[in-house]
Formats: sequence, structure tokens, C-alpha cells
Amino acid sequence: MSLYTDIIRNSLWKQNPILSQVLGLCPALAVTTSFTNAFSLGLATVLVMAMSNFAVSSLRAFIPYEIRIPVFILIIAALTTVVDLAFNAWLHDLYLVLGIFIPLIVTNCIVLARVEAFAAKNAVAASTLDGAMMGLGLTAVISVLGAARELIGQGTLFSGIDMLIPGAHELQILPADYPGFLVSMLPPGAFILLGLMIAASNWLNHRASQRIPTEKTVATPAT
Amino acid sequence: MINNSPYFRQPASVRSVMLRVLVALLPGLAAYVWFFGAAVLIQIALCSVAALAGEWAMLAIRKKPAWLFLSDGSALVTAWLIALTFPPIAPWWLGVAATLFAIVIVKHLYGGLGQNPFNPAMAAYCLMIVAYPQLMSQWPAAGFTDISAQFTAIFGSLVGAERHIDAIVMATPLDAMRTQLHTADARTTVAGIFGAHATFGNIGGRGWEWIAFGYLIGGLWLIRQRIITWHIPTAFLATLAIIAGIASFANPAIHAGPLFQVFTGGAMLCAFFIATDPVSSTSTPRGKLIFAAGIAILAWIIRTFGAYPDGIAFATLLMNILAPLIDLWTQPPVFGHKKSTPGKS
Repeated sequence: MSLYTDIIRNSLWKQNPILSQVLGLCPALAVTTSFTNAFSLGLATVLVMAMSNFAVSSLRAFIPYEIRIPVFILIIAALTTVVDLAFNAWLHDLYLVLGIFIPLIVTNCIVLARVEAFAAKNAVAASTLDGAMMGLGLTAVISVLGAARELIGQGTLFSGIDMLIPGAHELQILPADYPGFLVSMLPPGAFILLGLMIAASNWLNHRASQRIPTEKTVATPAT
Repeated sequence: MINNSPYFRQPASVRSVMLRVLVALLPGLAAYVWFFGAAVLIQIALCSVAALAGEWAMLAIRKKPAWLFLSDGSALVTAWLIALTFPPIAPWWLGVAATLFAIVIVKHLYGGLGQNPFNPAMAAYCLMIVAYPQLMSQWPAAGFTDISAQFTAIFGSLVGAERHIDAIVMATPLDAMRTQLHTADARTTVAGIFGAHATFGNIGGRGWEWIAFGYLIGGLWLIRQRIITWHIPTAFLATLAIIAGIASFANPAIHAGPLFQVFTGGAMLCAFFIATDPVSSTSTPRGKLIFAAGIAILAWIIRTFGAYPDGIAFATLLMNILAPLIDLWTQPPVFGHKKSTPGKS
């Protein structure tokens, strides 16, 4: 069991794809102009990652080591096409917004990284969980980034949410006469905010790593 | 009594350097107030308060001695440069937000005084010109010094077209040059604009040329005080003048002459007060020449072909990125050693 909890903890925080591995930045920076866009692309990535980790882990005994990378890419490309077509069929409005970034999941480093680093060496259940959780770790971060950019950029949250959940409405968080902050919606805003998020996570990790030894030294004399 | 040479000069403290930079800004500031009214003083007050508050908060978070760094005046220089480069009738929150960005993100998150790779004031200017291009290009007409209207423009809560400032806004000389020369019909010429447009004075625009002259006086005093060396201002102004001279010689109809380029917009301020920032510029003599010439070339290109009102800020940031590399490649050889190429040892 501890293997699975380790996978979950690693994926969501300790080796978070964006905050720690700093992989998959292309969609993280390009699509995070709103929470809805970021969350949807994150969801698509979760699907692709879980399925490709599952597929590669199941087939890992049959894939020749020397040509494994092209084979992995072919598998990922096929599964991405499936997700792409699924979005086109069932979430067509969203598909039009996300556009090229769904097919581009193929080239997202984090997908290949998990396939190569985890699925090619581990059992099917663990690999599938790893793919899904790494995807969720990415989704969580880019969703927060998307929400922050949207809030700072135009004062709303969940704009375009009706493309995902029919009938839902966006929320106007800041006053309606908020002048907006265009930089936040442009690439520099994404870089600055992502930098701040990585800095914050480093600071939290640093604080946590400093706290553990002091707790131990306090605990020792008591026993 | 043994009292022989050589004598060592006590290096100037950060505080005395920054205070003299502020004093050197005064002639330009005086001309600014004379031609454009007291609004800029309100902006300076706002930006100074924001800078000190931001500095104090960051020092408290970083557990640094607050008074030592607050009193060194570097935050005030940043605040003054922001106030002087932003439109004086911009809404109050624009300068305040820009100053907080400059102090908190550009200065302290990179390590505080002496560590920032980018000029904080110019980074803040770039941020705001990208975020609010309209607000950043609403400049008052020279001679319009009605303080109550300026006060309303600064502290009125409205944004955009509802600010009722059309009456006091006028295109700056650089704006007029660019919009009329490059988008209007081909018959417009530099001479025609100079003749017809009320913005234009004798050299660099009505009022603007006197502000630039004020900066020039203050800058020369700074060189005399040995706060800055001659390299950056000379290389910057000379390069800008030479490029403008060549362009204007090649096609006087569509390129303004060197005097205009040097005496308008932020050129003179950049030459003596922005490009000479000791932290974000180069430090070797040859490096300073290359650095300043680079800013001048980029600034002229952005002014002439770009979409933004002035190219100084973007040019400065771009050269800030290159400054460490320029410094590395222009290290003078140690006395008695052959010149070595970095990387080859």
C-alpha cells in the first residue's frame, strides 16, 4: 500500500510535474489564460497519461529496448488522437478553444518522461496510478495558475465554464469596473506567476525541511 | 609627522550616492513642474510612499535591518524615476502598483539592493505600458498646469474614456512623429510636423527640450561629482545622435534629426540616470560603451519602427540581460598578464 501512497504524494507535491520537474511548460504557459482552459487541458493530459502509462506498462515486455522511444511516442500519439477526437465529439466548444494544444499533448515532455521513467519499469496498476496522479498534479498547478491569471487579468473566475458544465456561470470576483491587467493574460504574466508559484513551493519545502530536525531534537530528551 | 601620499579615498556610501542622484534630478524636475504643472510632484509623493512601504515590508519579511536599507535612498531613486517616466496625469494606482512591482518583484525577489539584474523602474514601466497602453500614453499638453484638473485626473476613480481628460491630453512629440510619419499619407514630412504641430518646440518638443536640458545639467553635475563616469552618457547620446543623423541625412522627410532624438522622450533621462544604474549596467569601461551604444541602437529602432511610445525602457531591459556577458568579455587583463579569453583560460 505504501507504494501507492508514495506515488500519490510524489506526483501531487514532491515531484510535481510543473513545480518540481518543471516539465510540460508549453501548455502550462500557453493555455492557462483561464481556469476553464487550464483545467480542461489538464484533464485531457490526465487521460492521456493514465492510458499511455497503462498501455506501455502492459506492453513493456514486448517493446525492444533499443527502439522503445519511437514505440512510446507512437502509443502516446495514438492515445492522444483518441482524446482529441473525444473532445471534438463531446466537448466541441472547448475543443475549438483549446485547438492545437490537445494534439500537442503528444509532445508534452511529462507524458514521455513518466512513460520512460516509470511505466517502462513498473507493474500495470502502479503505472496507471502514476500516470493519472502525475496528470492530476499538473492539472492542479495549471488550474491554480489559470485561476490566478484570470482573476488578476480580468477579475473573473470560471469564465467559459459553461463549455465544460452546461448551465454554469462565470463569477465576477472583483468589482465590475476593475480595469483589468492585460499582462496577466499575456505570456509574461504566465512566466511571472509561475515563477512566483515555484518560489512559493520551494519556500514551503525549505520551511518543512528545517522544521523536521528541530522537532526531533525536542522529542529526544522526552523519551 | 608621517602624512605622505598615496591617500585613499573613502568610497562614497550608497546613501550619499543616492541622495546626490536625487539632487541631480531636481533641475529636470523643476522644468517639468514649470511646463506641465505640479501633477508630477503628486506622482513623486505617491511613488515614494509606495516604494518605502514596499521596501519596508520586504525587509521585514526577509529579516533585514529595516532602517539601514530604508535610509539608503535607493528605493526613492526608483520611485522618482517611475514618477518621472510615467504620465503625470496617470491615475494614482498606476504609479503605486508599478512602484510596488519594481520594489517587491524586480528588486527584492532577485535579492535586494545590488542583486537585481533588471533596472526596477524600467521593468515597471514595461509592465505598465504592456498592461495599460492607453493610460500610459495620455500625456498632458505643455503649458496646461491647472492643478485641479490634474488632481481629478489622478484621483478620479474612472478609467479609460470616462476620465474626461481629452481636453488636457496631447500626443507627445514622439507619438506625433510616429503616428503621422508612418501611418498617415506619404506627403507628411518631419518639417511639416514641426511646422504644424503645437507639441513641437524648437528642438525636442515644447517643454520636453527644457526638461531634457535640466537632466543634462544634473547629469553633468553627477559626472563632476564622480557618481557616474562619462562612458555611458557619452556613448548613449553619441550613438543615438549618429544613427539619427545618418537616417535623417538619408531621408530627411521621414526621419527626425539627431537633436530631436536626443532632446525628446526619455533619452536624456536614460543617458544619465537610467542606463547608469550601477547595479543593472556593466562595470568595465569598454563594457559601458558597448552597453550604452546597444541601448541607443535598440531605442532608436523601437522608437522608429515599434508600436510603443518610447523605446528607452525596452532597450534598457534588453541590454540589462546582456550586461553580465558584456562585462565578462570586456574584463581588462590583469596588469603584467597577457590578455586571456574567458572560457579558454
